Amino acid sequence: MQAVLHAIVEPGFFSSPQVQLAAAIGGVVSIVAAGIGVFTVIRGQSFAGEALGDIGAAGGSSSYLIGIGPLWGFAGISVVASAAMELIGIQRVRGRDLATGIVLGFGFGLAALFLYLGSNDESTTGATISVLFGSIFAISSSSLPLVLGLGAITAAIVATLYRPLLLVSVSPELAAARGIHVRAVGAAYLFAMSVAVALCAFTIGAILSTALLVGPAASALRLTSRPYRAILAAAGIGLGCTWLGLLLAWDSYYWPHKGWPVSFFVVTLVLLVYLASAPLSAHRRRRP
Amino acid sequence: MFSGFMMHAWIVATLVAIVGGAVGFFIVMRGSAFVAHAIPNGAFAGAAGASLVGVSTLLGLGVFSLGGALGIGLLSRRGRHDVATALSLVFMLGLGALFLSFSVEYAPAVYSLLFGEVLGISDNEIWPTIALTAVCLLALAILWRPLLLASVLPDGTQGLDPFKLEIAFLVLVALATTVTVPVVGTALIFSLMIGPPAAARAFTARPGVALALSVAIAVVVVWAAIALSYNTNWPVGFFVGMFSAGAYTLGRLWAHRASRPVRARLAHALGSV
Repeated sequence: MQAVLHAIVEPGFFSSPQVQLAAAIGGVVSIVAAGIGVFTVIRGQSFAGEALGDIGAAGGSSSYLIGIGPLWGFAGISVVASAAMELIGIQRVRGRDLATGIVLGFGFGLAALFLYLGSNDESTTGATISVLFGSIFAISSSSLPLVLGLGAITAAIVATLYRPLLLVSVSPELAAARGIHVRAVGAAYLFAMSVAVALCAFTIGAILSTALLVGPAASALRLTSRPYRAILAAAGIGLGCTWLGLLLAWDSYYWPHKGWPVSFFVVTLVLLVYLASAPLSAHRRRRP
Repeated sequence: MFSGFMMHAWIVATLVAIVGGAVGFFIVMRGSAFVAHAIPNGAFAGAAGASLVGVSTLLGLGVFSLGGALGIGLLSRRGRHDVATALSLVFMLGLGALFLSFSVEYAPAVYSLLFGEVLGISDNEIWPTIALTAVCLLALAILWRPLLLASVLPDGTQGLDPFKLEIAFLVLVALATTVTVPVVGTALIFSLMIGPPAAARAFTARPGVALALSVAIAVVVVWAAIALSYNTNWPVGFFVGMFSAGAYTLGRLWAHRASRPVRARLAHALGSV
């Protein structure tokens, strides 16, 4: 039994403080991302989610320059970018991707410049990779309270707006007829998403931020049509993929080519779950 | 700035701008900005993989952008298009992270791949670039009518399989990606593909004119970006991103200014019916 367990979990996984911290932070952000992500998928705003994570990297890279904490850089620029998207016209279905794309292009351009200037100042060349790809093992435990706080804020916004947001996302016309301010609810949601995505992009990297925002939520929405069940299922899937990814990355130190990135495993697991959810959804599809 | 090795950069940059502006016109028409972001960004993994196994970067970019295009097309047959695009993108980026962790490639090379480099084109890559440009423009000429029809009437076209057309379009974006990425970089090429066409469409409603205008704006954006990048040594992608967003802003302002008389005329016309 012990030998089997050792073959699956290489020694030291549960006792390493680094892994414990990564599992805690990864767990928090994967749950936050899953909850926000269900609405992202229902509203068809995956591109905005992806873009905000990438633009957050611009803030992260500029924070090296102006000397604020990188998480504030991520969150600040991500919120500004979401406001710009809202102003350009993300609330209209036509032209929504365009508004997102233009803001993303602008933000990415700035990221390119900041990273260039930053690497000149400190002659560190790894900043590009660490900002864009991130690493869940690179977080310090001092950022845990901030991560929890920002996660709680986004969860609170979504919980407060739960019913109107759902109605606005499913049927804007009906929501408007009921006197809900459709644009205000959409903007508040976009704000919550920008904070959540910045949080994810900072802690686990822009790749995993999009993967955990979209993948678990889309899989969960194939399994159930009830929103709160979908949120629970998405949180479970996200948590499972993150922790299993961490375990595999830990094990990979004992493989040839040691030290595979966590993001590769998590992304692959998320994609596999999504692919596996397709036949299940076909069986469960009923007339509403 | 116009010496021997820079002449190559100018020629390639012009081809890049023509392809970007032309293919971008359809990206904007079809509202596929996300795809235009996902395919080049995912193709980054191809370049990282190519350096790992020691083949040409262009080949790696080509294989991964085609793979990404087909992945997006097949995944979105069952399921939401934006979800399929996002998951294809993150999977390719995950592979990219894996390749980077294996390779001994050092960060400046990664940086120039992401954000472009004026001198990213060496002599041996100019001929493949010209050939790919020709293929792209030929494909665009063949697909011009069906794509235009499908963009205007998304579900009402007769005799056209939307799935086949979508795949053809995605492959076209993949080809354009392969041509354009070495100069502008994976991160910002989509900016060139949506900024100039979106601006062009704000100036004119006629497709042919808009296409020509889009290509013209893209050429100006790329030339200005290369000239400034040459002089400041700042990344090409930064200038491309700024100028594309700037062109779009100008277009929106123009459309806003021009829309009032049109609205008034429309109201008048409707009133007289």
